[in-house]
Amino acid sequence: MDVGQMQRQLVEYTKSLFIEGYLDSQFLQLQQLQDESNPSFVAEVVSLFFEDSERILKDLTFALEQKIIDFKKVDAHVHQFKGSSSSIGAQRVKNACIAFRGYCEEQNVNSCTRCLQQVKQEYFIVKNKLETLFRLEHQIIGAGGSIPMVELSF
Amino acid sequence: MDSGFSSPRRDAFPAGLRVLVVDDDPTWIRILEKMLKKCSYEVTTCGLAREALNLLRERKDGYDIVISDVNMPDMDGFKLLEHVGLEMDLPVIMMSVDGETSRVMKGVQHGACDYLLKPIRMKELRNIWQHVFRKRIHEAREFEGHEGFEGIHLMRNGSDQSEDGMLFSLEDMPSMKKRKDLDNNHDDKEFGDPSSTKKARVVWSVDLHQKFVKAVNQIGFDKVGPKRILDLMNVPWLTRENVASHLQKYRLYLSRLLKENDQRSSSSGTKPSDLPPRDTAGDFGFQNLTNKQQNDVAVDSFNYSDVPLQSHSSETKIRNGDLKAIVSDSIAEKRRALSGSIPGTKVSPQISLNHSSFGPLKPEGRHAVFDCTIPSTQFTWSETPEMPLKKEHKSFLQLEDSSFSHSPLHVTQRKIQGLKSHSVASVCSNPTITESEVAASVETKPMYADYKREYASSVSSIGSVVDTIPTQSKSLMENAQLSEPSSAKNLAMKTQGFNYDLEFYPENLLDEDLHFYWLQGEYYNMNWGFENIGMPEYYDPGLVAELSSHLHDSADCTLVDQGLFIA
Repeated sequence: MDVGQMQRQLVEYTKSLFIEGYLDSQFLQLQQLQDESNPSFVAEVVSLFFEDSERILKDLTFALEQKIIDFKKVDAHVHQFKGSSSSIGAQRVKNACIAFRGYCEEQNVNSCTRCLQQVKQEYFIVKNKLETLFRLEHQIIGAGGSIPMVELSF
Repeated sequence: MDSGFSSPRRDAFPAGLRVLVVDDDPTWIRILEKMLKKCSYEVTTCGLAREALNLLRERKDGYDIVISDVNMPDMDGFKLLEHVGLEMDLPVIMMSVDGETSRVMKGVQHGACDYLLKPIRMKELRNIWQHVFRKRIHEAREFEGHEGFEGIHLMRNGSDQSEDGMLFSLEDMPSMKKRKDLDNNHDDKEFGDPSSTKKARVVWSVDLHQKFVKAVNQIGFDKVGPKRILDLMNVPWLTRENVASHLQKYRLYLSRLLKENDQRSSSSGTKPSDLPPRDTAGDFGFQNLTNKQQNDVAVDSFNYSDVPLQSHSSETKIRNGDLKAIVSDSIAEKRRALSGSIPGTKVSPQISLNHSSFGPLKPEGRHAVFDCTIPSTQFTWSETPEMPLKKEHKSFLQLEDSSFSHSPLHVTQRKIQGLKSHSVASVCSNPTITESEVAASVETKPMYADYKREYASSVSSIGSVVDTIPTQSKSLMENAQLSEPSSAKNLAMKTQGFNYDLEFYPENLLDEDLHFYWLQGEYYNMNWGFENIGMPEYYDPGLVAELSSHLHDSADCTLVDQGLFIA
């Protein structure tokens, strides 16, 4: 695959992520913030997000495993996760968090546990997708090409 | 103050705006930092609210604006907001991924100059400089004296680089003003604090505030008026407006403390029975409230205040009730005062509240104490000094009792510094504020923003205790209710060792006076975070409104309030 092909592939892949709702315009904002002074800004931010997310998810799981669940705490964690997922534009994760919070209010253990699974799932999916994206970018750069700007009409 | 850790940029404003970003989310911190840098701002980030407060206090004039997330792990964002507003008087922007109207409203009520929803866009951050600018202009105008106008004048003409006349370095103003101030420096005047000059305000130094408090006490809280105070103080350069403004803040501060106190007690669930019979006058608490409520004719006009109270029904019911009562009471008190027909009986119950706690106080029977509410609150304090006074103690201590003059309120707030260990002691133990006691960096600078900065340092020593402190300062007033005999003293300081010097406000502060002043059109902008509440509309009820607004989420009000009255 030549650079041109790789670039096209990257563009298509990126677009699909937006169209399928995995990412929203916040991700575009991040991409726009990236510049020569900070060429790997997006990757840095995303990896910060991954790190933080693992921690939050761990806390969440722990909180829901308790005999007596402290829903306030669970809600706090979900809120936190909602905030950080919104930072990179992980839309599906964010939406899952919103639903999750609703169940926290109801203090419905089963629904909350289910929500946690959903949130985790969404998280891992988007994590996977982003890693693929970065891999594609690396390949292009490795092949001497530049990363094309994705134009989206949001 | 240009010698701060980061000297203000002389470039075209708003470039170089010094922003402090506070957020516990590392991803957001990184993103915001990048975005702000793109706006050519100078960014400092921190992940904890306490850390932020420390930074702010260390460099009194090192930042122009603070942006903070609402949900912080170590401290409620709203509380931080209040502290910053009171101590440093910096504009604060709140952020959250949660955009519920109630939250936004809370932010505004606590003094946020803006509330941004995450994800935040570049364009939103680009415009934050307007808040800094607006504040400066506002402050300059507020300073009725010539300084204010001159400040603006200097600002306009002194810019190094004004292309279209609008771009100028805000630091020019302070530095210019500083020069001017140095020329006029008198003994009592303390313009040493660069931050104060920047604001073009009278800096209420410890000395000055003490003079003020002394004067107020001498005159008698119920009879106090800016003119009389001014005369007594005998400070040549001070204007009546300065005094009036300060007095207003003092009153509000006290009332807030009272309120917080009440709320705190209500939320903490302390039982009134715990309180020792300090209520010489009888049942302060709710009983008084009821009485007051009945007596409050002015209640109607304070609907506004009621509303906010209601909205925070999440707080203890008592609190709401208290607030109402307090508000009503205060209003009633004011009215009564104004009309000069304060029924002794009515007031007395309230008064007793204050009396009892403040040992030396002589029950004068005229306590415009707003919050006769929860005796337990006070009790709580005295009982559990360590207890974080997170609950709203926005009690309105409007003690008219001149006897308070001796109250611990006067305790030097300076002590705050040493109060890290929650030793309220200083407050109560020293009836008079002695400058020497000002161990803490807390310069008892009442109300003024600059003052707050100083205060902030002392506050910081209190750390988390801050929450409790507010009550403390006001606690003196409120603490009157504290069961302990020396309650007042212990109350305030104990909880947080934050010696705010609530003591400033002897019960003598009558809200009537405040009320009166308001009527006089001396509505000074109180930077208690009320700014955004549109207080001006509530001239008469304004006090109430302010109080009520403070009642909300009182938990956070604390420090800030106290900071104002630290002498």
